[in-house]
Amino acid sequence: MKTLKTTFVLLAVMSFFAFTIQTEDAGYKVGDMATDFSLENIDGSMVSLKDYKDAKGFIVIFTCNTCPYAVAYEDRIIALDKKYAQKGYPVIAIMPNNTTVKPDDNMEAMKARAKAKGFTFPYLLDKGQKIYPQYGATKTPHVYILQKTSDGNQVKYIGAIDDNYQDAEAVNQKYVEDAVDALLAGKAIKETQTRAIGCSIKV
Amino acid sequence: MVWGCQDTHKTETARDTNSENEHMKDSLRVFDFEGLKPFLNRRDDTVYVVNFWATWCAPCVKELPAFEKLRENYKSEKVEVLLVSLDFPRQYETKLKPFIKEQQLQSEILVLNDVDANSWIPQISPNWSGAIPATLIYNKDKRMFYEQTFTYNELQTELNKFLKK
Repeated sequence: MKTLKTTFVLLAVMSFFAFTIQTEDAGYKVGDMATDFSLENIDGSMVSLKDYKDAKGFIVIFTCNTCPYAVAYEDRIIALDKKYAQKGYPVIAIMPNNTTVKPDDNMEAMKARAKAKGFTFPYLLDKGQKIYPQYGATKTPHVYILQKTSDGNQVKYIGAIDDNYQDAEAVNQKYVEDAVDALLAGKAIKETQTRAIGCSIKV
Repeated sequence: MVWGCQDTHKTETARDTNSENEHMKDSLRVFDFEGLKPFLNRRDDTVYVVNFWATWCAPCVKELPAFEKLRENYKSEKVEVLLVSLDFPRQYETKLKPFIKEQQLQSEILVLNDVDANSWIPQISPNWSGAIPATLIYNKDKRMFYEQTFTYNELQTELNKFLKK
């Protein structure tokens, strides 16, 4: 009985630490290999990174309809796709929120928003919220730049789009553009991780 | 120190002379990060509970009553609640001010307007990814940062870690 109790306590302690470690280390760091996925797009098709045979990499952006920060960046996300899809780095937008909590982020709303704004890129629903925790996204918008390598899609940059959410004209540092330009030129990325305010992903 | 809102500051000063509380509440205290910094680094005997929020952030709005309740219940102790709004400047008049009035928020409200978040987020906490709601609890000896939502009980539990009974 005593052994049983000890085992139980030990297990409880272990699971506590396991949980703590998992929370702190959740998500990718620069250099990690990112998981592929198969998520439903606004056109009804299923989209995976492996479908993009000719891509050199991806600008994966966790974003949504309802976060004012995400909305503030919509035009800039469209501009990123227009500029970099043809160069081999298409934008892949993923909506990570629980749509029961945020009905205005559901597939119908995503379709409507994409149509209204003229999204040129896939806008995928992270149904069941399985993908964003693997990446470690915590908010919208949250960017992961991936580079295709022989071993998989390697994370090269994590963070913000640029340094001014309020005014695209007043941006001093275009973090994402600088990173993709560096990758295209075969140079080192100056800033591989940046931070910005965003809306917490709704679970 | 006060940035991008000099008019507000002037207005506030002007109204200060009227020394009417109602008028004080009409003006916002807007800071850039340098201006906000002293509020995050006070070295006296008080425990500061600093919540980062915005009117457009649904989980933030939902947890605000917990912070207000904390302020009310710990009035007699050396505890101060600061609500730092990250609302967009264009919505100060249309959303933030009406919200503060409607909700009758009693805690001290500061507004942070500093677009270069990449430079100041790590200064508030190296563990902050930038998602809100987020809360900092500190006194002169210790700092804890929470990128999460709070219930009143959870908040009280964390605060009690700072209060020597």
